[in-house]
Amino acid sequence: MNTHPLSNDSEHRITRRQALGCLAHWMGAAVVWTLAGGVPRALGTTSTGTPMTAEANALTFVQISDTHIGFRKAANPDVVGSLRRAIAEINGMPQPPAFVVHTGDVSHLSKPEEFGEARELLRELRVDRVHTVPGEHDTIDDGVTGYLKFFDHDGNGRSWYSFDQSGVHFIGLNNVLNFKAGTMASLGDEQIAWLTRDLAQVRHSTPIVMLAHIPLWTLWEPWGWGTADAAQALALLRPFGSVTVLNGHIHQVLQKVEGNVALHTAMSLAYPLPAPGQAGIGEPGPVTVPADQLGKLLGTRQVTVVPGRHDLALIDTPLVT
Amino acid sequence: MKYAHLAQRVRECRSLLSQNRGFRIVTVVAAACAALLAVTALVPASAASPQAAIDLGIRQFAFAPQEITVAPGTKIVWINHDEAPHTVVSNDKSFASKGLDTDDKFEHTFEREGDFGYICSVHPFMTGVVHVRKQ
Repeated sequence: MNTHPLSNDSEHRITRRQALGCLAHWMGAAVVWTLAGGVPRALGTTSTGTPMTAEANALTFVQISDTHIGFRKAANPDVVGSLRRAIAEINGMPQPPAFVVHTGDVSHLSKPEEFGEARELLRELRVDRVHTVPGEHDTIDDGVTGYLKFFDHDGNGRSWYSFDQSGVHFIGLNNVLNFKAGTMASLGDEQIAWLTRDLAQVRHSTPIVMLAHIPLWTLWEPWGWGTADAAQALALLRPFGSVTVLNGHIHQVLQKVEGNVALHTAMSLAYPLPAPGQAGIGEPGPVTVPADQLGKLLGTRQVTVVPGRHDLALIDTPLVT
Repeated sequence: MKYAHLAQRVRECRSLLSQNRGFRIVTVVAAACAALLAVTALVPASAASPQAAIDLGIRQFAFAPQEITVAPGTKIVWINHDEAPHTVVSNDKSFASKGLDTDDKFEHTFEREGDFGYICSVHPFMTGVVHVRKQ
C-alpha cells in the first residue's frame, strides 16, 4: 500500500485524474469517469450530472458523506441547508437512483437529537432507502449504541452488513471503533471473520461495492487517515473481478486503483478538510473558506453499475458549480 | 544547583551498585536511588501542590503538554480549543470524558500514584500521559 497517493511514481494517472477532477469542480462541470482495467478514461463531461452513457438496465445510486449534523462553526454555519440542497438535487435527478448510501459522520457529536434530525432529513430523499455506515463522529460517547438506535439497517444490532441489489453485492463496514492508543482504527478480527464468511457466499464474477467511513488505504497515517488492517480486507477481495470501495472521512475526492480494486473518497456535505498532510496546516480540522467558495468544495457522487462491465461510472458533483 | 546535586547523588548510587558490595548494601542503596529518582521525576515545572488544578489544553489535535507529572490529589482540567470534538479516555478506563465540543471541559482528580496514559477516542493518534508521583 502506498502511504500517500501523490508520492508514488506509479500513480501519475491518478494525479492527473485528481487534477482534472479539481478543474471540473472549479469550472462547474462534472466528469464522467470509467475505470477499466485500472486505467481511467474520461467518457465526457456534462453540465447536469447526467451520465452520457446511461443504460436502461444500469444500477444507479448516490453516495453522500460526512453531513456532520450538529456542526455550527464558521466552516459551515448551515450544514442542514447544505444537506437539503443535496437532497433537492438527488430528488431532481432525471432517473431516480435506486438508493442513497451515506459513508459516515452522519452526526457531529453522536447526540441523539443529531441522529434524529439527520434521520428526518434523510427521509426527505425520494428513494426507497438510505444505507449508512458509522463515522468516528457517530460513535463518540457509547460506541455504536446511540447510532444503531437510529440506523440499525437489518435489525441485527450490528454496524456492518451486506445486501444484494441488481446483481451487485454491497457491503457496509465499521472501521472507526477498533483501535489501540496511538494507532489508526481498524476493522478488527470479528468483522474480518464476518467479511470472510460473507464473501464466501459470493461468486467471484459478482461486482462488489464496499462502504466504509475511513479510507481502506493509508492516505496520511499521522492524522489517522487509513485503516490499520485494510490489507486483510483487500486480500479477501482479490479474487473478485470488480471491486469498488467508497469512503468518506477526508472530505475530498481522491482515488486509488490497485489491481482489481478501485478506492474512492468522497466530498463532504459539511466542510472541507486539508489535503493529506498539507504543509502549513498540521492537523485535520475544518477549513474555513470564503462563503461563496464553500459550495464548490461540498458535493455528492453518482455511481452507475452496468451489468457485464467491471468498471463503474462515477460522477462527483459539487453543490455549487 | 539542587538538581546538579541530585544528579551527582544518583551517579554515586550507580557507582556503588556497580561495585556490588553485597546484597544488603545494594538493597539499601537501590531503595535510596529509587527515592531520589522519584524526587527528580517531580522536579519539572509542571509539578504542583495536591490542591491545585492544572489546565491542560487540547489544541490542533494534540494534548498540550502531552506529558505531565503531578502530585497525588491534583485535579487536571482538559479544555478543548479545537473546532473538532475530542475526548479524554484513559487506557485503563479509569476515567473517560464524553465528547468535548469547542470550549468544553473535562476534569479528573488523580488520587493515586501511577502512570496514566490516555487518548482521544475520536482521534486515537492523539495520546497523552499523566505521571502521578508523591513529592
